[in-house]
Amino acid sequence: MSLPVLETKGLCFAYPDGHQALFGCDLRIERGERVALLGPNGAGKTTLILHLNGVLTPGAGSVSVDGLEVRKENLKQIRSQVGIVFQDPDDQLFMPTVYADVAFGPRNLGLTPPDTDARVKAALAAVGMEEYAERPPHHLSFGQRRRVAVATVLAMEPRILVLDEPTSNLDPAGRRELAEILCGLDTTMLIVTHDLPYALELCPRGILMNGGIMVADGSTPEILSDRELMAANRLELPYGFDPAFVSRRAIP
Amino acid sequence: MSGGHAHGLFVHRDSLLHRLPPQCKVLAALLFVLAVVATPREAFWAYGAYAALLVGAAGLGRVPIGFLARRLVIEAPFILFALFLPLVGEGERVEVVGIPLAVEGLWAAWNIVAKATLGLCATLIVAATTPVAEILHGLEHLRMPRIITAIAGFMIRYTDVITGEMQRMKIAREARGYDPRFLWQARALTATAGTLFIRSYERGERVYLAMLSRGFTGSLPLTAHNAAVPRQWALALALPAAALVINLSSWALQ
Repeated sequence: MSLPVLETKGLCFAYPDGHQALFGCDLRIERGERVALLGPNGAGKTTLILHLNGVLTPGAGSVSVDGLEVRKENLKQIRSQVGIVFQDPDDQLFMPTVYADVAFGPRNLGLTPPDTDARVKAALAAVGMEEYAERPPHHLSFGQRRRVAVATVLAMEPRILVLDEPTSNLDPAGRRELAEILCGLDTTMLIVTHDLPYALELCPRGILMNGGIMVADGSTPEILSDRELMAANRLELPYGFDPAFVSRRAIP
Repeated sequence: MSGGHAHGLFVHRDSLLHRLPPQCKVLAALLFVLAVVATPREAFWAYGAYAALLVGAAGLGRVPIGFLARRLVIEAPFILFALFLPLVGEGERVEVVGIPLAVEGLWAAWNIVAKATLGLCATLIVAATTPVAEILHGLEHLRMPRIITAIAGFMIRYTDVITGEMQRMKIAREARGYDPRFLWQARALTATAGTLFIRSYERGERVYLAMLSRGFTGSLPLTAHNAAVPRQWALALALPAAALVINLSSWALQ
């Protein structure tokens, strides 16, 4: 078996105030996979993703990206390989123009201006926002800002794209447009979400987390169809939604 | 000018001034202001000549004079202060419609109003023809430390976000029957201010996390610049050059 894109082994973490959020997480994601990370509030999902690029340092256990362990001396390389799209695009977009924001990552990687320019254009094209390059982020709609936030990370050409609640606050059309964009990318993806139909649409594989451990890891339709498992972990499907009836159009 | 629309100062048109690189405009405005400030206050004609130069510049930038006049309202508090000076000034006095006014105070008021108005007009013309982000680029080009332009950039970027948050909190207060007519109700306002501070502080931390995640190591990368060609510098510096001529003549004629 080839090297996994992402691997965590026995990952434990406690916050400085003593609250322990992760109790030994083992996770392995192969190249090209799209994985949904599901779980109720407070399950430790966000804590887990902050470990993936070294923002938080594990109390015990390890994280490695493409075989490279996340450690202080590798941070620069790790951060270019793990692209995290945060929940609130206003946190992610901080430069005066869309262009400058998408260029921020590549410039930090030390790319030359022509290379940066090529990356920015490709990333904005991938999310259909080329025309907005010179606009300030606060003049865009919420859905557009979310797409630009994805572009800021794509411009770094990461090995794995991590999205934290990508559909929160999006209107249905914005949600669908984002799904189309994400389906069009061949990057490995880890999608943290409460939006279970979205997980079903985009991710063949699902991981269920609760109380700082992995409770289930398997096919998303199977997890969503397991009523007992769902109820035990405070997960609920929207009213009238039955995973068994959904046509799997988006999944290759 | 207040939140809501950060481009309130910008006039969306295409003109010679709009196309000029920002660093040229910023430097020209700065030098122009210096020339104006260093002009003796007795040389009335010089101030007229400066104003004519600005009208010309506004014409080149296709900035409507009415737009500039409306934006000058921001100067009102300073003018009020200046109007106060002749009333409290010491020394020789003249009667104007029955009110004794200090001559020295009148000169001081004229000096402040004339110079401030001209300086403000010059910066308004720069702002009307240059998007905010480009003004920051221009300052970087003029070797303004990156940390200062970065802070200004963050401020501009987050003004709208924070005023939006403030607005939502105001609506939430009013939706629960808040009606600040009595002094003891001011408590809710201070609580709001505190909450807003904490929220902004937390947002700052989240933004920093997002920056770290994209490889931030402590210095913001410079954005690409368009260098100005000599012809553009010559065009931009024609304004302060003309102002310098006026300034020197005003001293010579004294």
